[in-house]
Order: sequence, then structure tokens, then C-alpha cells
Amino acid sequence: MMEYTLLIVVIPLLMFLLLASCGRGMRGQLAGWLGSLGMSAAALLSYTAAWHYFTGVGKGEESYQQILACSVEWLRFTDKLHIDLGILLDPISVMMLVVITTVSLMVHIYSLGYMKGEKGFQRYYAFLSLFSFSMLGLVVAPNIFQMYIFWELVGVSSYLLIGFYYTKPAAVAASKKAFIVTRFADLGFLAGILLLSYYTGTFDFAALTAGEGALVAGSMAGVSFMGLSAASWAMALIFMGGAGKSAMFPLHIWLPDAMEGPTPVSALIHAATMVVAGVYLVARLFPVYFFVTPGVLQLIAYLGAFTALFAAVVAITQTDIKRVLAFSTISQIAYMMVALGVSGYSGHEGLGYMATMFHLFTHAFFKALLFLGAGSVIHAVHSNEMSCMGGLRHFLPVTHITFLIACLAIAGIPPFSGFFSKDEILAAAFHHDQFLFFLLWVIAGLTAFYMFRLYYRIFRGEERPYEHTPHESPVSMLVPLGILALLSCVTGFIPFGKFVSSDGSMLVIHPEGMIALAGVVAALAGIGCARFLYRKANDRPAQIATRLHGVYTAAYHKFYLDQVWLFITKKIIFRCIATPVAWFDKHVIDASFDGLGRGTVKLAGAIKGLQSGKVQFYAFVFIVSTLLLTLWAFFY
Amino acid sequence: MIDYSNFMILQQEAGLMLVFLILLVYDIFGTEASMRWFRLIACGLFGIHTIGGFFSGAAGVAFGGMFISSTMTVFMKNLLNVATLLVLMQAGEWLRTPKLRIREGEFYIITLATLLGMYLMISAGNFMLLYIGIEIASLPVAFLAAYNKYEEHPAEAGAKYILMTALSSGIMMFGLSYLYGAMGTMYFDDLGQQLMIDPMTILGFVFFFAGLAFKISIVPFHLWTADVYEGAPTPVTAYLSVVSKGAACFVLLFTLYHVFGAMEQVWYPMLWGLSVITIMIGNLFALRQKDMKRFFTFSSISQAGYILLGVMPGTAQGMTATVYFILIYLFSNLAVFGVITALENRTQRTDIAAYNGLYKTNPVWAFVMMIAVFSLAGIPPFAGFFSKFFIFASIAERGEYLLVFIALINTVVSLYYYLLIIKAMFIREPDESLREAWSTDQYNKTSLLICGIGILVIGFLSGIYEHIGSLSAGLFT
Repeated sequence: MMEYTLLIVVIPLLMFLLLASCGRGMRGQLAGWLGSLGMSAAALLSYTAAWHYFTGVGKGEESYQQILACSVEWLRFTDKLHIDLGILLDPISVMMLVVITTVSLMVHIYSLGYMKGEKGFQRYYAFLSLFSFSMLGLVVAPNIFQMYIFWELVGVSSYLLIGFYYTKPAAVAASKKAFIVTRFADLGFLAGILLLSYYTGTFDFAALTAGEGALVAGSMAGVSFMGLSAASWAMALIFMGGAGKSAMFPLHIWLPDAMEGPTPVSALIHAATMVVAGVYLVARLFPVYFFVTPGVLQLIAYLGAFTALFAAVVAITQTDIKRVLAFSTISQIAYMMVALGVSGYSGHEGLGYMATMFHLFTHAFFKALLFLGAGSVIHAVHSNEMSCMGGLRHFLPVTHITFLIACLAIAGIPPFSGFFSKDEILAAAFHHDQFLFFLLWVIAGLTAFYMFRLYYRIFRGEERPYEHTPHESPVSMLVPLGILALLSCVTGFIPFGKFVSSDGSMLVIHPEGMIALAGVVAALAGIGCARFLYRKANDRPAQIATRLHGVYTAAYHKFYLDQVWLFITKKIIFRCIATPVAWFDKHVIDASFDGLGRGTVKLAGAIKGLQSGKVQFYAFVFIVSTLLLTLWAFFY
Repeated sequence: MIDYSNFMILQQEAGLMLVFLILLVYDIFGTEASMRWFRLIACGLFGIHTIGGFFSGAAGVAFGGMFISSTMTVFMKNLLNVATLLVLMQAGEWLRTPKLRIREGEFYIITLATLLGMYLMISAGNFMLLYIGIEIASLPVAFLAAYNKYEEHPAEAGAKYILMTALSSGIMMFGLSYLYGAMGTMYFDDLGQQLMIDPMTILGFVFFFAGLAFKISIVPFHLWTADVYEGAPTPVTAYLSVVSKGAACFVLLFTLYHVFGAMEQVWYPMLWGLSVITIMIGNLFALRQKDMKRFFTFSSISQAGYILLGVMPGTAQGMTATVYFILIYLFSNLAVFGVITALENRTQRTDIAAYNGLYKTNPVWAFVMMIAVFSLAGIPPFAGFFSKFFIFASIAERGEYLLVFIALINTVVSLYYYLLIIKAMFIREPDESLREAWSTDQYNKTSLLICGIGILVIGFLSGIYEHIGSLSAGLFT
């Protein structure tokens, strides 16, 4: 019925193959246009699929159903253990298809201007297509193994994109860091998958989540390890994978560094797609988390709240505009995690789940807009540092307006989209855990504060002595900004509960007046502080920083977490584990092979006389050998 | 009414004879102008014969057990046909060099004559016919080796070959006479049923085996190989290393399993030891070589050792693995020799240094060479990996884990010297004289294309292995 959704995934793959194999021969911007064309086809198909799904095919009596649009058996190990590849359509995967293709398309178009004339333009578009393919394959995965395959593909392609400027040492280091950290987290993911599938005998999401996770609960009952049930271990390990990709504390360290990649890449990977993979994973397995391992879900909620607060504090002190956005992303993703953690299941209990998906949806657009806007600013002033900016609103009018819209959206000012989704999250938290609600409320204020700090320092304040007058970006960059700004304005009005909910039923959500008011107050307070401190150049921020010297320095250095990780890896892992292993490898394993090699060469030298070239000698050897063989045959 | 059914069983031989005779007459009566088409017609006719072989259903026993044809022999002959066709396609360019042009036809005719001998070897049901087949297949090879007789190396190669082959044939005949003396028959079927183990038959067997080992270049009967392979023209070397060797291996399979099956306790340890020293000596000598042809001589000796490993288990699985190994060896080795011939025709060089930087000047040929070498070394995903895997699996089945281990170690050693070629092609800088790109003619290109596809694809077509498996299973029931 909806087999054509296969094309959504396949088109970017084909585009990647095309651009990767013959991109080098393409002239000018052909590769970019081809990539954008392919992505618009995928986007159109996604919209069609969403329309199709939500208005007809997917609609059941009361709730939306899961549809397996296509499925093939890829590997068959045993009757129980087989890996299928396919496309699963349900409300969240369809929603993700729309988000990913839209943002990816915007980034494709934007990059036509942003990356114009860059060395490796074709390569860039090939990687973008590869990334889009991986991400799309991830969200439509009907089983956890396919998700894992594409999960890793996402990791690889983001590695390639972050390290796009491979001549820049910082970019290379950042790409390696991103890859290693997420890969480390994926180790947990893989272990979790193996644990889960070992007991349940299936990879299939539908089977795992069916009947309140009965299969998981039943097959893993009574098994425990170190005081925790096996199911908790499995689900916690799986969450570890999600925490790596979604940059949850303490695995978030790769995301700020990943800003070394081209800015549109940050908009795609670090705003809308890859970083929400973890949220998506937890949402996918939500019934299992909720019914079988509520403890893990609790952990997710608190870890998320901590990460959100932590990242918001760090974001206040950063001066590199992309890093501010990076920490803002960490904070917002963690926000979504909290909402998942406090969610119940079915009906209005599942408000948190729906709020998460709603926020994921709106956040994707306004955060992509923020990144692209930042890209436009960087394009104009050739620097990432706030200190090089100021008063840019006169030079970059379009960028200014769209950026402001995005800031209002993320701060949660009505009627912009962020207000609606954040309100749902606050409401969900309020009904579940007042402490978490309070934390989230504070974070909402902090978010508004650091975003408007960013805004005022870039667009207001005094003009700097620019080397050349900053100029507005080309049309190809402004169009995506406009479209995303429009989306940031309107997506909040979508009755999201009608489409996405924890159990597939259609919810009607009524905003709760007091909570909405509290959220807006926090946002306004944040904006007010930012205005007070940063609207005009003054020494108040500096004074505050001096007064809070210790805290400020610690926050500015991201609370030294990078150093902690470096200590753990370099001092402990490298010195105590890697060095002895390397020694063994070098002196025992290598040496024995070296010895084999040297011995072989020596032996070869010793017997070369046999090949004398004299035919009489050959005949002699022939006859003697025959006789010896005969003797051997006689007496053996 | 005359019964022609015996002759129907000989249909492949008849087809080859027909091609042979047509070409012979053409060559004798051909004018200089018409000889321009000789190559096309020769390859075309033989190609038709090759394709026809795949549709041949000749199976049965003719002439009272003298001649045996089965689906397996048909398959083996098809393999040899394919290999010979590839060699003929590769040889054409060399044959059209000014000095040799006038004798172009002889090469095709003589090669086909040897092939006919190999047909008889494979299908023989009697040692007499086998011996005749071996002689038909051997003597003309001396002519081929010395094809370019006014040059020193080919002449030496031809002379050495004829001397050594005479010796080995003599010893083989000597052994056969003992067998006949002891058993009173030379028919395979009778021998297979009645064979007793006594000194006379053992002597007969070992002498016969030595003669065959000479053909397959098993150490210590391999000494002629290096000089002849190096001295002979490159296409002839390719022919010797693939077709001659393959045919002899097929004969070894049939005779060991069906005639000397009762003597397994004698030949099993013998093959054990010989396969080990063959692989090792082949590897050790290959390490030191600086000349491509000599290099691949020893490489092919070492490969022969792996073939012996497959022959050794004496099971249907072993037979399948052996035939499959030869099939893949055929494509890999001919791909190597196709590139060597092409380069030699351009530069007159066969030393490894001539391959320095080949990747830069001729990426396509470097690629073909690379996959061929990787396949010979047994690196996945190329076909050679699968063939080695099946060989190892078949001996592991017999519980010979030590042997598997030794073979694996030797595979590592062989990887070292195979990588020397890769290193030369991809890492070294080319000499000034080698910088220009060169190419080869359409025939050789086609043959390399076929080889390349074979190397890349056959490993993944599990149907082929299963087909061979069903053929050999048919022989064991």
C-alpha cells in the first residue's frame, strides 16, 4: 500500500552513489543541484506518505496502526534469529521522515550558497546524501538490528561531515572525538541489543513492545546480574547508545567540538536529526521502558534534567556562537528526555511522550534555523566569536528577523512554536514530579537568557570595525531561512496530540493556563535579564563574571569534563590497559611473525642451490626422489 | 547396421578434431591475405567448440572400458576448453610480432593437439590410452616452448623440457609395466577391483605417480619447471601452468580414487608429506624471485601443493574442492599471465621492476593484476578465498588439523610475496621509461575481462560449487 516509501530511503542512497562515483567530474554546482533535487523528491514523497498515513491508511478505529510497508529477510541464522530489513510506518516514524527530509532539503539548498566554491563541494553533497540515507533508514527500521546498522552508518557519515575540512587539525580531532565517543556509547547499545535478543529471541520492535512489553518481561524474568534485573541491564545499555548520540551527560563532550564541521552540517546533524536519534530510540521502545523497567525510565528523567541544567549553564558562558547553540541543543534534547522520563502510557497519561515528540518536531525547525542563521552571520563576518560581532541587524536584515523568530521560538514566547511544545513538557512534568517541573522551569528561563544574550551580542550593541562591510547572504541561503522561520511560526498550531501519542490514540490537548503563564514569565524574565546586560555595551556582565569567578571559570571550561575524560582515557585506559597490550602485541605476536619471516627468507637463501639450471642434476634428483619415495612406500 | 554409439561418447574429441583439421587445412592452404582472418576464425571455432561442450551430454563407456566419459569428465574438459580459449586469446598479439607472423597458425594447431591429448588423459579407462594421451599432450609442448627457437631461452626451455619429459615418461612407463606384470590388466575397472598391495604394485604405483607428479610440478619433481616456464614464451607458460597442470591433476584424481583406491594407506601419507614440502618449497623459492614469470612459476608450484591437499582426503568433498580450486586458479593465474604478456609485448620486460607504478600508468591493468594476485593469495572476497576455504574444509573433515595449520602458515608467507607485486604496482614510482600508458589488443582485453569477472563473481555463485559437488557425488556412489 505504501511501498513507495522505500523510495524515500533509496533516493538519497542512489544520490550518494552517483555523487561519490562521478561527482568529481561534475562542473560547478551540478552536484549540489542534483543532491537538492534528489532530496526534494524524497521530501515530497515524505509529505505524501504523511498525508496518506495520517488521513487514511494508518487510521484505525480509535488509533493509528503500524504498517510494515516492505520487508525482506536479509540474513537468516536460525529460525528464530533472523535479520530483516524493512520499512515500518507509524506516527513517529512518519513524523521523523517529514522532519528529516525537510531539514535536509533546507540544508541542501542553503549549502548551495554557503559551500559555493569550497574544495570538495561534490564530496560534501555526497556525504550529505549518505547521511540523509542513514538517518532515514534509522527511523523507519522495523527491528532493532536494522536500527543499529543505520545507527552506525549515521555515526560514520557524521564523522565524514564533521571532518569535512580534513586539512584543519581541529576538525580532524573533532570528527575523531565524535566518532569515538558515540562509538563507545554504541558498544553499550550493541551489548543491550544482544542481551535483549538473547532472551527474547527477536529483534522486532513490534514483538518487543507488544502487550506492555510482555515478551521482555516474561523471557527475562528472574534473571539478574549484580542486583539489577537483566531487563534493566539491557534497557539501560540500550539507553547508553541513545545517550551517546543524543549527547547526554557525561557523553555529551563530542557535540560542542563537532561544531568544527561546516555550519549547515551542524544544522542538519546537531539540531534535527542525529542528536534526536537517542530520543527516538527511547520513544520506540517506550512501552518496554515504561512497563518493564520503570527504574531505568526514572534514571533517564533525572539524567535528562541534570544534563539540561548543566548544558544551559555552560551555554551562558560560551563566546563562540556555534558552541552556544551546541550547548543549547544538548539542553533541549535533554529536555525531551525528561519529558519521556515523566511520561505515562495511554491517553492523557502519555502527555509527556507526545510532548517529547512535539518538542522534537518544533525544535528541529527552529534549531536548524538558528544554526543556519549563525552560518549566515559567520558567512558575513568570517568569525565564530561574539566579540567580533555586534550591531549586525543593519547589515543582515533577513538573517536578523529570522534569527529573532527562532530565538523567540526557543525561548517559548507565544505564538511561536517552541511555546506550545515546551508548555506540554512543563505540564507533563508538573503532573508527575514537582521537583523536575521546577528544574525545567528554571531551565526555560536560562534558555531564554542565553539565547537573547546571543541575539543581543550579534545583532544589537555597537558595530565593530569590520574589515569589510558585512553583506547579506545570497538568495539560496535566505530562502531556507525564510521557510524555516515560517515553520517556526506555524508548527506550534498543529494539533499534535491528534497525530502522535504514546499508544497511537488521538488526543486532544488543552493548554493549562497557569503552567503556560509560568513558562512565559520565565522566558520573559530571561529575555529581560539579557536585555539589561547585553543590549548596550557595558561592564555589568564582566562584573558578574568577576564576582562569580570560580563558577564562571568552571562553566566557561565546561566544568572540566573534557579533562576528566582525557584523564580517564589517557592516564588510566592507555597506561594501564593499552600499553601492556601493545607491548604484548609488539614483542610477542609481531616478533614471532618477524621471526617466521626472517627464518623463511634465510631458508630460501639456503636452498637456492637446488635450482641449478643443470638438466643432468634435475634428472638425478628426479630419479633419487622416485627411489626414496618407493622406499618410503615400502617401509612406511 | 553399424553401431555408432561409441562414437557419440567421443563427441567432444570429435569436435576438437574437427576444429583442429579445419585450422590445419586453412593454415596449409591459406594465403597471406586470408591468414589475416586466421586468428578470428581459430578463436571463433574453438569458442563454438567450447560453448558446445557445455551442452554435451556424452556420458558412458566406449570401446569396452577403454574410454570413459561422465558428466564430471565433460565438466573438466569444459574447464580446459575455457582455459585454452583464454590462452589463445592472450597469445594472438605475441604471435603477430613480425618474426613469428609467418608461423602463426602452427601455434593454434599444436596447442589444440596437446589439448586432444589431455582429453584422452581425462577420459582414459586404460593405462595404455592414458599413456598415449600423456604423450600427445607432452611432446608438442616442447615445440611450443621452443616456438621462438632462434632465441636462446626458448631453445633451452624446449630442450630441457623434452629431456625431462622423456625421463618422466620412461619412469612412468616402467611403473605401468610392473602393474601390468603383477595384475595382468591395464583396465582401470579391473585394476580397481583386484588391486593388491604387494611390492610390485607399490613400485608400479610410485613410478607412475612420479611421472604424473612431474606434470603437476610437485616437489621434488619440479626442478624443470622454473627453467621451462621462464624460458618458454609467456602464453606457453600460461598454458603449461594452467591447462597442462590442470589436466594432470584431473588424472591424478581419477587414478588415485578409482584405480589405486585400495592403496590409500600408501598414497595418503605420501600426499601428506609431498603437499607440505610442495607448498613450502614453492613459497620459499617464490620469495626470492625478481622475474615475474619465475615468480609465478614458484607460485604455481605452491598452488599445486594446495591442489594435492584437496586430492588427499579421497572423498567426494575433496574432489569437489579440488576441481573448484582448479576452476578458480584457472581464472586467477590466466589473469596474471594476460597482464604479463601484455606488458612484455610492449616493453620486452618481465622483471618485477617493470611493474613499478603500474597503478599510475595503467590503473585498469594494475587493478586486474591486483584482484588476480589477491585471489591467488586467498583474500576474501575474491574467488581464491573460497577455493582455499573449501580445500581446508575438506582436509579438516579428515581431522588433519596440523595440515590445515601448516597450510595456513604458508598462506601467510605467500601473502608476503604476493604483496611485493602489489607494492611495486601501487607504491613504487615508475621508471622514466615506463611512464607512458600502454594497452593491449581486443582479444587480450576480452580474456582479461572474463578472468576478472570470474575472480570477482565465481566465489559468490554458490551454485557452481554445488554443481561440482553433485558431479563428484555421482562418481562416488
